[in-house]
This record gives sequence, C-alpha cells and structure tokens, in this order.
Amino acid sequence: MSTVTWITARGLFGRRRFLLLLPLPLLMVLLSVICRAFGVDPGEWGPAVLVGLGLAVVLPVVALIVGTGVLGAEIDDGTVVHILTKPLPRWQIVLPKLGVAAGVTAATVAVPLYVGGVLADSVRLGLALAAAAAVGALAYSALFLALSLVTRRPVLLGLVYVLIWEGLLGNFVSGTKVLSIQQYVIALADRLAPTELLSTTVSVPVATVMTALIAVGFTVLAVDRLRSFSVAGETS
Amino acid sequence: MTATSTDPTPAAVRATTSTLDLAGVSRWYGNVVAVNDVSMSLGAGVTGLLGPNGAGKTTLLHMMAGFLAPSRGAVTLDGQPTWRNPDVYRHLGLVSEREAVHTFLTAHEFVVASAKLHRLPDPEEAARRAIALVELEGAQERRIGTYSKGMRQRARVAAALVHDPQVLLLDEPFNGMDPRQRLHMMDLLHRLGGAGRTILFSSHILEEVEQVSGTVQVMVAGRLAASGDFRTIRRLMTNRPHVFAVRSTDDRALAVALMAESSVSGVELGRAGLTVRAGDYGAFTRALPKIALARGIRVQQLVPEDESLESVFSYLVEA
Repeated sequence: MSTVTWITARGLFGRRRFLLLLPLPLLMVLLSVICRAFGVDPGEWGPAVLVGLGLAVVLPVVALIVGTGVLGAEIDDGTVVHILTKPLPRWQIVLPKLGVAAGVTAATVAVPLYVGGVLADSVRLGLALAAAAAVGALAYSALFLALSLVTRRPVLLGLVYVLIWEGLLGNFVSGTKVLSIQQYVIALADRLAPTELLSTTVSVPVATVMTALIAVGFTVLAVDRLRSFSVAGETS
Repeated sequence: MTATSTDPTPAAVRATTSTLDLAGVSRWYGNVVAVNDVSMSLGAGVTGLLGPNGAGKTTLLHMMAGFLAPSRGAVTLDGQPTWRNPDVYRHLGLVSEREAVHTFLTAHEFVVASAKLHRLPDPEEAARRAIALVELEGAQERRIGTYSKGMRQRARVAAALVHDPQVLLLDEPFNGMDPRQRLHMMDLLHRLGGAGRTILFSSHILEEVEQVSGTVQVMVAGRLAASGDFRTIRRLMTNRPHVFAVRSTDDRALAVALMAESSVSGVELGRAGLTVRAGDYGAFTRALPKIALARGIRVQQLVPEDESLESVFSYLVEA
C-alpha cells in the first residue's frame, strides 16, 4: 500500500464523518428485507428501492461523502500541505486517493445493492447491481474529488448535481440523462442482468464511453489542479 | 540522546549550499497588493523575515515554497522555479504557520510517512534522526492529537527536516512555544544555519529575530523595507524619534521647560495636553520627572504614542 493510500485511509476512517456512510445502506437493506418479508411484489418495490434509493441516493451520496473527503478534508484542515511538500508527481497523490474513494464507496454500496437485488429478483441481479455500482463509484469519485479541487464548496455542488441534475431534471428532461452517471449505472446493470425492474434510455455503448470519459477526464483535471494548488492567502 | 543523534549534518555535509532567489516578486489579490516588488537572495545561514501582521510575510513564504504563483517576478531555488515544480521539495522543507497535522497519527508514524513520501532509502533511520533533532523521542508513540501546541510544532519541524533539506522555511515557528522549547528551537535553527543550510523564518516579534538571526529582511505593507545586518537595523529602530502624550498641572510651563532639554526635538501644545517628540527615549523619560519637579509641576499622564511595531516598521520605510 502506498503511503498516500495509507494516510488517506487512516484519515477517512479516523474521522466521524465516516459514520455518515452507514445509515443509508442500512436503510436500503432494511426496506428490502421488510418488502420481501411481507411478500410485496418486487415489481412494486424493486424500482423504488433499487433505483430510487440505491442508485439515485445511496451510491451518489456515499460517493459524495467519501470523494470530497479524501482530499477536500485535507485541504480544509491544511494537512494537505504535508503531502504536497514532497517531490511526488501530482498524479501519484491523486490516483491513490481516487483509489481509496472509489474502493470505499464501492464496498459500502455493493452490499446493500447486492442484498436488494437478490431479494427482489436473483443473485445475478444482485451481482450486476454491485458491479455496475462499482463502476459508477469510480466515475462519481473522480467527479467529486475534482470538485474538491475546483471549488471551496464541493459538497454543495455535488449535491446540486446529484439531486437537481440527476434526480429532478433527469425525470423531466430526458436529454439530461446522457450526462447522468446514475443512468450509466442503470444501463450497465441492465446489460449484465436484463430485468423489468431497471429501465433507462441511455444505451450501453454510450454509458460505457461516458463513464470512462468522466472518470479519466475528471482525474486529469484533478491532477492539473493539484499541480497548481495554492494555499489561500492569510492575514500575515 | 547522543551527540551524533542531534547533529544536523549527519553523514551528509554537503559541499554546496542552496540559494533561494526572488526577482521583482509581486502578488496581488484583485485590487489588493499583498507583496510588492520584492527582490532578495537567501544563502546559507539563518535569515529572519520580520514584519507586522498583514505585512505579506506569509504570502511571500508561500511563494517561496511553491504554494502560490507570483503575479509578477520569479521565485527560484538554485535556478529552478518553485511554482508547479514538486522536484524542489527534494531540497526544501516548509513548516507553515497553520497548525495542521494529521492528529490521528503518532509523531513517529507522521515523520516516517514523510520520509517514505520522500522515498528515502531508510525511512526509519531518517525519522529517528529527525525526531531526535527536535527532542521528541519521549512522546513519539503518542497520537499527535494529544500534543501541546509546541510539541505539534516540533513534530512538524521533524517532518520538514526528515529529508535533510538544504533550505528550510518556517512561518512563525515560535508561536505557541514555551520558553524552553523556544530556546531549543532557536538553538536548532542556529545549528542548521551554521551547518550551511539556508534557513528563513518569519516573525512579528523583534526579540525573536534578534536572538536567532544576524540577517533580517523587514517587510512592511507588502514591501521590503529594510534588509541586511540586524544590528544596523536595530540601531535605526532605537534611534528613531519617539512621540509621547503628556498631561500636567501646567502644560504651557512644562512645554517651555522641555524645549531646553536636549533629548527633546519638538513640543506641541494642544487642548488635550502636550505632544512631545524625543530623540532619545531613555534620556527623555529620565529628564521629565526632574524638570517637572524643579518647576513644581505635577505630571498627570505620560504615554508613549507610537510604540506599535507597525509604527516602528513604518519609520524604517521612511528612514
């Protein structure tokens, strides 16, 4: 494990903010278990819990908390200076942090999505949701990590993207779905385990290419912004 | 602790020294000019960057350390720009003013992590040496979150020194240190400077700079106000005219008497009392009670008017 990965992971799990990751996945597992236990038709609760809660809320919100935390928290408290005053090419700082963010997000959301998929349909759907969510975790993490370098309010901007762009506009303006990571994840999961529970207008090739573009593009942006990282002017 | 463990130049006494050059460096934020056309060249030894709060010291240090792009001019370390050039950190260490440390790590973990990030061949040994330099061995296995401010500062200094840099920049390093830690830090900087390192530390406290460095750069309002040997600058500061506000039972009579005193260069009679300009602080404050007593005047108030560092530094700009 690289030293940057080690410090990032220690920092992430050492902060209370990490506890914020737990309620949403637990809620999803709980709802899935209740629906299954009461024999509700998966056609009724599946889309709401798997997509409405799992892919539209749990995945992006967990990615937002972790993605803005791996570098943003260090920028906020100033500890980033310790890592930046080292003769490391900046990609060697960004990539390990992106790896931690995507890994932790994927691990956190894979379990509830797998459980939900299995209870609603099959093990295959569970695995498909977990795998697609892992890919989505990478794209979201790259986006939110870059946001923490281009703005001082990454969480706010991230929430606007998730709630307004993907959540609200995605329902009314179909064109916005082409720029929605959530839709890519649905398309990929549906391709891996075709089911009536998942539906999207975005094709698999578009989803694949766009996910790769977002992951690579925002990583390159983050590396470039970190290269020009300025410490905010202080009073003295 | 052994003598070798605190030696700032262990196996690697380098023949060459590094030079940090600033050529016509300015930095502005919108309409506000934080640093205005500063040029200086820093070589081996300890240099103090002195100036009141808000003078632009931190902005200047950040530009030196590659954390801020100059709006104009160039900052180079041995000819290499410090901005957007992580390679300079092979030879440069920074201890910033902001008390930011990974509080969840122990000092040992923190310094070893720094050594690893520098890709040093033996991180453990480098960390042991750096921790010994700042005398933090006893507490190195405790989490930094449990440290006092001075101890955190020392942990940060150890991390900045772990790769044995030729240039060390410290922003207000004595803040929050107790007198013993302060003396130790001063001694450490002395030794590092004596061993051929280029050390620059900022401070707004005259006495700190006086005790540590022979060379000073004085900044006032973003400009380099004075530069050079500390004793020369200190003399300029001591010999500047002092202004006192004086109130007495008979201001007019006291004004007449004071004009005959050689240490007084001017007296102004106002409604609120006298404003007295004195060339020699000590001579005037000794003479005033005698003069008043001889004339039966009671001095009700004697207040030095411009003893703030800002006014001292402003005087230097004009001098």
